[in-house]
Amino acid sequence: MRNVLFFLLATSLVTAAAAQDTPTVFRGATIYPIESPPIENGALLMEKGLIKAVGKTGSFVIPANAVVHDLTGKVLMPGLVDTHSHIGRGDGGDASSALNPDVRILDAIDVRADNFKKALAGGITTVNVMPGSGHLMSGQTAYLKLRPASTINDMLFCNDPINGICGGMKMANGTNSIREKPFPGTRAKSAAMVRELFVKAQEYREKMKAAKGNPEKMPKRDLGMEALVQVLEGKRVVHHHTHRHDDILTVLRLAKEFGFRVVLHHVSEAWKVADEIAKAGASCSIIVLDSPGGKLEAVDIRYETGAVLEKAGVPVAYHTDDGITDSRLFIRSAAFGVRAGMSRAKALEALTIAGARMLDLDHRIGSLKPGKDADVIVLSGDPFSTYTVVEQTWVEGRKVFDRSNPDDLKYAVGGYDVYRTATTSDACEGGAE
Amino acid sequence: MKTFLIFLALLYPTISSAQIAVKGETVYPLAGPPIRNGVVLIRGTVIERVGPESEVAIPPGYRVMTARIVTPGLVDAHTTVGLSGIYNVPHDQMQLEKSDPIQPHLRAIDAYNPREELVAWVRTLGVTTINTGHGPGALMSGTTMIAKTAGETVTEALIKPEAMVAFTLGSSVSRNFKSPGTRAKGMAMLRQEFLKAQEYMKKMEAKDPDKRPARDLALDMVAGLLRGQITALITAQTATEIISALRLQKEFGLRMVLDGAAEAYLVLDEIKAAGVPVILHPTMVRTGDETKNASFTTAAKLRDAGIRFAIQSGHEGYVPKVRVVLFEAAVAAANGLSFEDALKSITIDAARILGVEARVGSLVSGKDADVVLFDGDPFEYTTHTCAVIINGTVVSETCR
Repeated sequence: MRNVLFFLLATSLVTAAAAQDTPTVFRGATIYPIESPPIENGALLMEKGLIKAVGKTGSFVIPANAVVHDLTGKVLMPGLVDTHSHIGRGDGGDASSALNPDVRILDAIDVRADNFKKALAGGITTVNVMPGSGHLMSGQTAYLKLRPASTINDMLFCNDPINGICGGMKMANGTNSIREKPFPGTRAKSAAMVRELFVKAQEYREKMKAAKGNPEKMPKRDLGMEALVQVLEGKRVVHHHTHRHDDILTVLRLAKEFGFRVVLHHVSEAWKVADEIAKAGASCSIIVLDSPGGKLEAVDIRYETGAVLEKAGVPVAYHTDDGITDSRLFIRSAAFGVRAGMSRAKALEALTIAGARMLDLDHRIGSLKPGKDADVIVLSGDPFSTYTVVEQTWVEGRKVFDRSNPDDLKYAVGGYDVYRTATTSDACEGGAE
Repeated sequence: MKTFLIFLALLYPTISSAQIAVKGETVYPLAGPPIRNGVVLIRGTVIERVGPESEVAIPPGYRVMTARIVTPGLVDAHTTVGLSGIYNVPHDQMQLEKSDPIQPHLRAIDAYNPREELVAWVRTLGVTTINTGHGPGALMSGTTMIAKTAGETVTEALIKPEAMVAFTLGSSVSRNFKSPGTRAKGMAMLRQEFLKAQEYMKKMEAKDPDKRPARDLALDMVAGLLRGQITALITAQTATEIISALRLQKEFGLRMVLDGAAEAYLVLDEIKAAGVPVILHPTMVRTGDETKNASFTTAAKLRDAGIRFAIQSGHEGYVPKVRVVLFEAAVAAANGLSFEDALKSITIDAARILGVEARVGSLVSGKDADVVLFDGDPFEYTTHTCAVIINGTVVSETCR
């Protein structure tokens, strides 16, 4: 029995490896490499999970053994990067504390959750899975590549899930994290609690430094402090839920005081303080809602936020906050940015490279360049058209979604018993948005 | 000052009896084929004439407005906007009263806020007529009304004060009330209520006024349902709930519209045989619980089955607080529904289901002058709604 299993495992690995090892070429498509101008009648070569060449069809030699896909009339672009999502049925900190720097969502993600398929159907290949916004600090986020996976290790970008930095740090201010004790009751208390925690982390870091590598002199191990030292040193990015203009400025004030790197998330009212955000050098990850309101902090949300931030020079990405908006319609969010005045080029970046930068993953993903991961999507037409669909999604050279296959199509359109594990209450329990 | 007032007085009649010519590269009257280089003439509050530029001369003095695409004002077949407000706090959420699961006599007109910001939000995007009122979540939550999205008082806005009674079948009711705790109990309670109303109606016919029962507002409304004077708008999402709704309709001979219908694609034959129209859930409805099995392609399947349907914006308990039917129909148009069928689902087909097609839903002379001007295909994400006209008055003129 054991031998059979071993054999099965070995053959499946070989098959998978073979699929990635055979050079694959897409040609004839309009290619959006993102970091360089669009290419009409373009071609892309990928091998061993990486992009080998991108250019005009005919600009590079196609290997004799390559599998060639003709994509005339189609659009090819990098797999999309969703900087803020709640897919995977994970969770974060519990009600025992408002501040949970030690809690990791990677310990709780169900890699078989069917909303990962939803994301692939929407062209998403990399996702920042976050714990909710019901805490000032709900825990460590996880940057995931949507590879077929048996365990969470198969999806992580980091090599060491135990001690590595596998994501950012989720924080929130405003009304979501204002609750009964031990949570704060006011905005000022929220900020004070965060400052106290970071002051402690600074002291912890001083003790670590003073130990000069001597294990005897090191402070007692503290998981939360260790993660916060990574934040203080800029190795772990803060992903900060924040809506109102004054809450946004509070985040920037704290980031300045403690020197952490921050991505501002949702930012309903960022359009009111765009210059301040630009001056602080922060990035923004935007949610698009069809209408304002639904919560007090979102009554002034506008489609124009992306355009205003672009003009101010702020790096902009979009996100789904799935289940708040649907992963299958991720591109729609950026299209609404274009509707309200954002440039097409920046809107495409906002779905790809801008998000990759916010996750410190731009060396691997977010644009089509030789050496980067072969994460690509095939679209039926103009990315920003309502009528365009994601036809194929490829992750590291492997096709993981194909709309022409009925087993995949069902994830794109839904239907009876297609999504069995996702429920509305997921979004609410996660404290999303 | 006096001269100024006289000037205003002179000006005023020209404003109130508008004379507008809307020119469109393509005009969709939805009462005939699209018209290339079409013109819609508006005089006063109504449409005067619709036709190609070559046949319809624009009289002098008419204000000329131009657009790439011109459509009738959009009709949202079911929403709670105006009862449900932007802040989502108890004092602006009037769509569901939780004191009793059966309260059909709660009137939408007593709760509608015509100045609600979200009414303005959908109006500037092209929605000119709404069927709004009590929401899903109770066995009978109250009535809906049909109104224009313009008007500063409910009376000014109204087309039809009592349009439908909103019903909900299924487990969502049990989340709001202690009883019914099950779907079967919910059905039993509804049937009992109808029997009670039949009894009440019979007693009301007593020759001796002293023998008649005391008037009961709730039973009056249920009697209205039994007499077919008011339509039952039954929200039923799963196939089980849909079939239960049809069973209820058959038992009591209700004039009925099936609402939500997330799993309609499983029971198309039954819906068709019952002859009830469907006001389908918003295409982008958040999937989960009863709408877990919703599909982007249900609208196309209803069309293929020959079932009359409209697409609604529905009710949202969180964000986005109000959906926009234009955007919901767009996603249906991207998933197998033709452009014109999608457009009809939020104009003339919606108007027919609401019974207000004589006034709204298509561009025909004599109908209300509700017109929307777009700078491109209305369903494209990047197209803007550039002007909205309601009852001959330009209510917004900014592309957005």
